[in-house]
Amino acid sequence: MGQAIHLNGNGHHEQSFWTKYLFSTDHKTIGMQYIITGLFMAAIGGFLAYVFRMNLAFPGEAIPLFGELGPQQYNMLVTNHGMIMVLWVAMPILVSGLGNLLIPTMIGTDDMAFPTVNMLSYWIFLLSSVVLLASFFVPGGGFAGGWTLYPPLSAGAYADTSPDFFTALFSGTSLFILAVALEIVSMLMGGINFLVTTINKRAPGMSAFKMPVMVWFLCIASLDFMFSVAPLVAGAVMLLFDNILGTGFYDPVRGGDPVLFQHLFWFFGHPEVYVILLPALGVIGEIITVFSRKPLFAYRTIVKLSLIAAVLAIVVWAHHQFIAGIDPRMATFFSVGTIIISIPFAGVFLSYMATLWGGSIRFSAAMIWALGFIGLFLIGGLTGLFLGSNTFDIYAHDTYFVVAHFHYTLFPIVFFAFFAAFYYWFPKFVGKQLNEKLGKIHFWLTFVFFNGTFFLLFFNGLMGQHRRVHDYSLFSNVIQEPYITFEKISTVCAILLIVSQFIFLYNLVISLRKKERAPSNPWNAATLEWQTSSPPPHGNFPVPVKVYHGPYEYSNPSFSLDYVPQNYDERIMDTESKQDQYEPTADIISTT
Amino acid sequence: MSQQQTLSVPPKAIPQGRLGIWILIAGELVIFGGLIAAYLMNRLRYPDQWSEQAAHTSTFFGAFNTVVLLFSSYSIVRAHAAATRAQVNKVLVWMSITIGCGLLFLVNKTIEYSGEISHGFTMTSPRLQEAGNQIGSLFWSFYYTMTGLHGTHVLAGMVAMLIVMAGVRKGKNLHRVELVGMYWHMVDLIWIFLFPLLYIAK
Repeated sequence: MGQAIHLNGNGHHEQSFWTKYLFSTDHKTIGMQYIITGLFMAAIGGFLAYVFRMNLAFPGEAIPLFGELGPQQYNMLVTNHGMIMVLWVAMPILVSGLGNLLIPTMIGTDDMAFPTVNMLSYWIFLLSSVVLLASFFVPGGGFAGGWTLYPPLSAGAYADTSPDFFTALFSGTSLFILAVALEIVSMLMGGINFLVTTINKRAPGMSAFKMPVMVWFLCIASLDFMFSVAPLVAGAVMLLFDNILGTGFYDPVRGGDPVLFQHLFWFFGHPEVYVILLPALGVIGEIITVFSRKPLFAYRTIVKLSLIAAVLAIVVWAHHQFIAGIDPRMATFFSVGTIIISIPFAGVFLSYMATLWGGSIRFSAAMIWALGFIGLFLIGGLTGLFLGSNTFDIYAHDTYFVVAHFHYTLFPIVFFAFFAAFYYWFPKFVGKQLNEKLGKIHFWLTFVFFNGTFFLLFFNGLMGQHRRVHDYSLFSNVIQEPYITFEKISTVCAILLIVSQFIFLYNLVISLRKKERAPSNPWNAATLEWQTSSPPPHGNFPVPVKVYHGPYEYSNPSFSLDYVPQNYDERIMDTESKQDQYEPTADIISTT
Repeated sequence: MSQQQTLSVPPKAIPQGRLGIWILIAGELVIFGGLIAAYLMNRLRYPDQWSEQAAHTSTFFGAFNTVVLLFSSYSIVRAHAAATRAQVNKVLVWMSITIGCGLLFLVNKTIEYSGEISHGFTMTSPRLQEAGNQIGSLFWSFYYTMTGLHGTHVLAGMVAMLIVMAGVRKGKNLHRVELVGMYWHMVDLIWIFLFPLLYIAK
């Protein structure tokens, strides 16, 4: 009854190919659409990285699969690599993709609160991807002013071209801004859905602290995103007007202020880091509890800590602008805030360490990806402390030190956490088991080549290698050994890093072609999504579930299994009375 | 049958649609918040140049539009009250009045805009720029962006109301009257902020 009722009231409805796989309102299909689109964009972003890394190591030489690379094109590739990886890979995969797959199944409901809005959100996202890719091919080429979109470089379309509305509208810059705006709209719609679904559609008995930590973190991330991105919507509209109408919001000659855009951008841009970090931490939390067979240590505390972090995240944005000429007294405030924000996340990390402590750890593919995340993100986080201090940041800003720090945070977040999630939840949502051994080989190659790509860049950065330079021939401090070799090692490792991902594709293909179905609960996990079939049917749970247990009740000595499923009811006698208690009030919607 | 009726709605929960609209409103307010904050920052920076420009906005039209919007808030409340009693015809009448108010608001806005444009105050105000008053022209950029974005929201609200009315005519989805009403109040509230900022403060 539960699954039939939410569509159109009649128990059976036919799903054609179109409604099942393309214009689906089912959260599982939409989640997978997001992940597939995100991975496709990741391939494009990776290819761009390959091209400009080649140019950095071997400047002036023709690049295989691409050809000659000029300075303007170099800037365009770096710009688009940045924006693609953050807004078209990290956001759709970690927030929209995993959120869509996991929130309804983890809280024990049939679908999102607004399935149509959910579908619309994906299609707007796809449109934004198309607009972004189209911006490469318009006359004048794609936007090349840096992924942070700082004016005046991003506000010049009107001045560059003849003062003509349509020429300015279809310039690479305007299309880029438009694509960002569409992407934000799509993610806002998704965020509304996540919050309403979690608040309103939890299964009976699923109290706030019986929700898996993943759901908590996704919701906190959505809240942070929705609050922080809205001013950027206004900022992007103003930037677009500067481009297509010739206004002067960010033009100092006309009384405007380019730093205003930096504020609006980083007011979003900094919380954005936590928006994608929190789901990644959620993934890791789910995985390490299952594979160390222990409850999550200090579960309530880390939820509260991340709420604190979410609030702090909103008030530290200007640490990206220490060299933009902001008041030094203000810089001290933002510096201190930035360093304080590491405390809640240190708490979360400690909790994960304590969860591992004394557990019976199983090194499955998902688990080693999760452990890899913890190790690598630690390096990213700790170098972030250096940069948070404005005295150091003034020297390191815009060098490869920042690039290395950024990739040590974002790469583990986006790829290590995503692959951990992928190896963990693939059997559930696709119904086939992935090859564990290939998963581990994939991990070790990625781990080694990732470190090879980015670790040496810390040293290049400290030597003063600036990050937005196309050819270093004129920089005597970096045109010396060992920094030239470091540059080459980094490029070779980046190529090998990209090549290692083909193992993942191979694993995916052979697993999809397997005949045997995955069991419904291959990892003996306690959370709700594992208590239905693999893959879950349309509507997720054939019988509406009720929740009696917390999400991480592992190794309970008084219980025959080593885990207690969340919906396990030891007082079956009481079920009838409980059912009455949780029956919804029928008139809740009609009129209020 | 609406989406709200699923088994898993716990008792006493806020209806899903209402919760969704609240979150939407929160987001919209921050969008305008960013714009208003940017406006205020510039206003404090150029107090004299901007009040000189603000003197050219028509307080009469602004005040009249405020009254129109406030009345439309009243009419959508009446529509909601009729919806709770399932009086379909009354709902349709009050919602039509609300849409009429929205239309009146936009017509006033158009008259106001054309007056300003004919005096050379446009999105970029080339006449002011040629006279060397670059900062003054920035005021008009803000003016058109803020009122234009607000006008777009008015238009969107009217379209949403037409869609809701199409359902109400068939006696369906009466709860949506409340949802569109909440949105309409938000549009009204934002105008209450824009009116003093752009018209009164001179």
